[in-house]
Amino acid sequence: MQANAAVTPSTLSVQDLPWQIHWDRYTCTLCGRCTSVCPVNAIELGVFRKREIATPPFGLQEKPSSGFNIYYGIRQRTDPGYACIGCSMCNMVCPNNAIRTVKSETADLLRFHRDRGGQPRTRGGRRNNQQSVLDQIKFIRISMLTDPALDAGRHEFELKTLIGRILSPAKAIKAQQEKGWMPPVREVYPLLIGGMSFGALSPNMWEGLQMGVAYLNEELKMPVRMCTGEGGCPPRLLRSRFLKYVILQIASGYFGWDEIVHAIPEMKEDPCAVEIKYGQGAKPGDGGLLQWHKVNQLIAAIRGVPPGVSLPSPPTHQTKYSIEEAVAKMIQSMSMAWGFRVPVYPKISATSTSLAVLNNLTRNPYAAGLAIDGEDGGTGAAYNVSMNHMGHPIASNVRDCYLNLVKLGMQNELPIIAGGGTGKNGNLAANAAALIMLGASAVQIGKYIMQAAAGCLGTEGDRCNICNIGRCPKGITSQDPRLYRRLDPEKVAERVVDVYVSFDIELKKIVAPLGRSTSLPIGMSDALGIADRAAADRLQIKYVV
Amino acid sequence: MCRLFSLTSTEPMSPMKAIEALDMMKEGHDGSGIGLFLSDLDGPFSKFKDLPILSGIFTRDGLRRLEEFMSGQGFIPKHMLTLDAKNDPPPGTPRRETYLVQVYEPPASWQYLDQSVQEKKLTGIRLKLRHMGEAEGDMVVFSFWPDVIMIKEVGDPMEIGTYLGLDREEIYARRILAQGRQNTNYGINLYACHPFFIQGVSTMTNGENTAFVPIKEYLSSQGVVGYEGYQSDSEVFTHILHFTLKELGLGIEAYKHVITPLQESDLAAHPDRDFLHKLRQSCRRLIIDGPNCVIGCLPDKTMFMVQDRKKLRPGIVGGRSGLFAFSSEACGLDAVVPDRDKTKDFQPMHLDTVIVSPDCKEVRTCRQTQPLPLQH
Ligand code: SF4
Ligand code: SF4
Repeated sequence: MQANAAVTPSTLSVQDLPWQIHWDRYTCTLCGRCTSVCPVNAIELGVFRKREIATPPFGLQEKPSSGFNIYYGIRQRTDPGYACIGCSMCNMVCPNNAIRTVKSETADLLRFHRDRGGQPRTRGGRRNNQQSVLDQIKFIRISMLTDPALDAGRHEFELKTLIGRILSPAKAIKAQQEKGWMPPVREVYPLLIGGMSFGALSPNMWEGLQMGVAYLNEELKMPVRMCTGEGGCPPRLLRSRFLKYVILQIASGYFGWDEIVHAIPEMKEDPCAVEIKYGQGAKPGDGGLLQWHKVNQLIAAIRGVPPGVSLPSPPTHQTKYSIEEAVAKMIQSMSMAWGFRVPVYPKISATSTSLAVLNNLTRNPYAAGLAIDGEDGGTGAAYNVSMNHMGHPIASNVRDCYLNLVKLGMQNELPIIAGGGTGKNGNLAANAAALIMLGASAVQIGKYIMQAAAGCLGTEGDRCNICNIGRCPKGITSQDPRLYRRLDPEKVAERVVDVYVSFDIELKKIVAPLGRSTSLPIGMSDALGIADRAAADRLQIKYVV
Repeated sequence: MCRLFSLTSTEPMSPMKAIEALDMMKEGHDGSGIGLFLSDLDGPFSKFKDLPILSGIFTRDGLRRLEEFMSGQGFIPKHMLTLDAKNDPPPGTPRRETYLVQVYEPPASWQYLDQSVQEKKLTGIRLKLRHMGEAEGDMVVFSFWPDVIMIKEVGDPMEIGTYLGLDREEIYARRILAQGRQNTNYGINLYACHPFFIQGVSTMTNGENTAFVPIKEYLSSQGVVGYEGYQSDSEVFTHILHFTLKELGLGIEAYKHVITPLQESDLAAHPDRDFLHKLRQSCRRLIIDGPNCVIGCLPDKTMFMVQDRKKLRPGIVGGRSGLFAFSSEACGLDAVVPDRDKTKDFQPMHLDTVIVSPDCKEVRTCRQTQPLPLQH
């Protein structure tokens, strides 16, 4: 930089950025693949000028001279709008490993400049926080005294859960004898793929997940279910026999509902359930936000909007007077749409008011459950501030809700589906088992399955996380065919199956030594311990050190 | 692992018979306790078949408070038996003041009450006394019910039997449940001793109920009088049985479907699949997990044995017409009914409920895959 170059407040050095590119002049073949693959144009062709001293061979009369040499290479841009996101795609495509990303060791100063144009930063991903209470929980009640230990590899296991309103035994028997209406209940695998919409994910990713789920159901007999997320469902899926593996999500804004309504007369199967989305853990109080980058022709058609406009979830309809009323009405109308054969339940963000919602639902005979999404949940687009500072952790929220149901004598009658940060550090089975023992009937995952099944690069360390702008380097959350071609749906399906089968083994390895095998250990809080006094008291589990 | 023994007979038997059987299986219990349930009583108690009998352990103060309380409630003592020990207690057994078995006549106004109301009231009184005793440490109450005596004490079953003179004829009974306790997970507490009892329903278990906490949380929130205490993880088995019989109005055949429901494939082939499917869903919170053999006696004096889903605990049933016994081990049977046809001994497997009706004629097995008797 010249001594008198313009240094503006937003002028940053490479050092100030969270990620730095190390490029090696001697191994680079200048093939240009890295610059073409970079999703944010953080690197560009650089022309470098270097002074060289020419020293004449010994004994000649000429004096040493200096000259200038030009060479080409890769330069990292420091404009905050183009900062490297550390995705390492450049490294992945480089034939010689000539380029790699290194995380800065100093404080990242870029964060002060992410709001160019007066727009605060939006991003995909999760909170930038690696800590997890779930990871600290241990399973301590291991039967060593009176039991022949169950063998996770050999014994039969029945690890399914129920989604749907479960009548109390007396009511169920009465309804059975009087041939009265029984709320629909589905027996499913306790690990659900949570709502990631067709607009948020690329068609290839979606197809891959659906194929994996179908394989798990039809070949491996694992009743795994996947939620569509808000914004409709591809018409062909709605009319296919695979719909029974799908939980249709409908949000208060009714995006994509048209498509579903029109398909109802032609549906061969009922969906597994209908989830009404009121909130999301990673951006509580914000609706879904699908930014214009991702609204292409197909998405626009499914949602009934013009292409190329940003789609924040519309507000609830004015006819709905209050949240309780909205929940009640939507549950009622969705149940009605399928002749009361499909469980309908709302999904809310974990908050200190979750209990109020839960209490309302307990008195609503059509409410089939409650999905609660904690602050660690992932999102395709949310404001940084929402993601990092809004919301409630899932562990204590689920615990409160469960204990409240216990108090009402309705334990598991209204299944609680917990989500938000399950497996965020990779400990999926342990986290899920802990949530179940804290009282969840099922656990849902989103980001984890993107990371495990499609190689999503996003981390809690703020790596990548550009899902919102449709430039996903892996083709997972992009609607641009040039990008999503990178993702092979067959391979995604294969990985989904791998993930589930291995999760199943791990879950058995956890529950077998606890002496559980014929019913999911929902609420088995005596098995849990934590070395944090405050957490132990709060969760009403054992304090162990 | 505790050892269990029960017998059902047309002739009154001494509780010592059951204790002898436990003694044969001595390897299996550490002498940390004995529990006895005696019903269909003979001797003096047979004269008071319909009057509630209170069984418990009292100090002098406790007795005084008991008298005050019971007369305050309008109960009139009719007949009393105390198990007075002549010698010093065996090692490990504390010296208690009075082991009391007392028959009461309920207040006259009770005769106009419904049967179910009376039952609840009796349970309520037992609980009230238990709570009073827990606060002061002067009363321990095991049961308060017509034609039922319960005795529990800490120590070796045989030694306690001799010490308390349990071979006395006054307490001969036709249904006896006995447990020799192997103390495992919880502290030694008299209330933690099996069998457990509620409103004519009594069961005992050997094994470990790993689903204890969720089941306990569910039961205790159902608003049923008597679903409390839970000093032992096996107490919930008794309450689940009570729940099945009294709250749901189902028969003993349904009990196994509640605690260890059939799995999907078996259920699909079952003639009562619709009903059982709904039962499995709605009673899911009562599913037991972990190895357990449950032996129990119903209000109509039917005796039964069921196994856990994997059948990880031993249990054997055998006998001859007029006398059948349920035991953890065959040697227990040999001790009490040596003259039986051993080829007819039956070890229930994971789908079976073994039932012997009060007439003691035969052992009936009911498999979970069979149709259920008509539900009333
Ligand atoms: S790591 Fe990713 S964002 Fe950074 S330069 Fe390489 S390709 Fe571009
Ligand atoms: S790889 Fe794609 S899905 Fe994963 S964080 Fe990056 S942009 Fe988002």
